[in-house]
Amino acid sequence: MKIDFEDERPIFLQIAEQIEDGILSGAFQEETQIPSTTEISVNYKINPATALKGINLLVDGGIVYKKRGLGMFVSTGAVKMIRGKRKEEFFENYITKLAGEAKKLGLTQEEIVSMIERGFKQ
Amino acid sequence: MNGIEVRNTSKDFGNVQALKDVSVHFEENKIYGLLGRNGAGKSTLLNVITGRIFANGGEVLVDGETALENDSSLQKIYMMSEKNYYPENMKIRDVFKWTREFYPDFDAAYAAKLAERFELNTDKKVKALSTGYSSILKLITALSTNAPYILLDEPVLGLDANHRDLFYKIVIEKFSENPCTIIISTHLIEEAAGVIDHVVIIKDGKIIRDESRDDLMSKGYMATGAASVVDGYIADKNVLGTDSLGGLKTSYILGTLNRNDVPAGIEISKMDLQRLFIQLTNA
Repeated sequence: MKIDFEDERPIFLQIAEQIEDGILSGAFQEETQIPSTTEISVNYKINPATALKGINLLVDGGIVYKKRGLGMFVSTGAVKMIRGKRKEEFFENYITKLAGEAKKLGLTQEEIVSMIERGFKQ
Repeated sequence: MNGIEVRNTSKDFGNVQALKDVSVHFEENKIYGLLGRNGAGKSTLLNVITGRIFANGGEVLVDGETALENDSSLQKIYMMSEKNYYPENMKIRDVFKWTREFYPDFDAAYAAKLAERFELNTDKKVKALSTGYSSILKLITALSTNAPYILLDEPVLGLDANHRDLFYKIVIEKFSENPCTIIISTHLIEEAAGVIDHVVIIKDGKIIRDESRDDLMSKGYMATGAASVVDGYIADKNVLGTDSLGGLKTSYILGTLNRNDVPAGIEISKMDLQRLFIQLTNA
């Protein structure tokens, strides 16, 4: 897990995504606790307000929830929710970029399709 | 009003105007980055706040009370600076002991714990410390005072990469457990960028930026492409600076990016805080 300070996306978004990645990979299982705001901010050397903003984004999306006096826990069904959301974002994050780069390189649609097929075989 | 308020403050050194009618409000429980080039007036501002030097005009209020020659206000502020003000023959452990006389909330146990984490031998004398350890001593003292306002002027001077890493982690730990106002004045912007909430940029004795880090960062971006295309794109924009490499041109722009008005052939990328700072403070 790492934060890229030169990344286009704000740090709080990257934090939210990293936690989501942790949930997808099984590092944070459903109904288990995620690290606290302090742990996250100390670990990444980021302002606690930024870490909190990232976690709140996950709370608003129903991915994690607060257990009073205990901390933040991964919601049941979080993996399914994240997958659904990421699939929606897939077009914007990968396909538009891919198409843009392909145009720059003068790659045709057919060439791209064959590359994708090759990628899946690997 | 709570916090440190600097109102219409000026300071001259001979013919040099180090601060020009500066007004700024450092709010409670935030981490500030006070950024500026050498000689911009950062240390002068911090020295005026703490009454180490006297301004030519204006006033400084701490939690609504004037700070000038006011012990109870000044006790709320701890400032570490590059210069060493401790007696050279004093042992580190005695520095901690004496600091408590001036800052009653000084936490000696916490100071000892930090000394251990930084591997600072508290039996050593102040004069025996290297530049790095001299900074470490001052940092430990600053963070242990439990003063509501901690001013750190070049806190990581002489610290190696491991100790800088440890310093930022400890600042965040401390701030999370016991929120206070921390003003970090530094040249190492990249390292501090993640830690700070709010950025104050000072240039030629004037505050040129005073806003949240996120707001400031969202306003700066770079446009790169063929010079002719870039020139057309930036015609109506606030351009901070440009770099050219043959026919390739990069313009540094301040403003809100509208993705829809970016012509084909222009690559947009974000500026990090350091790059934005360089563009904002170039002559």
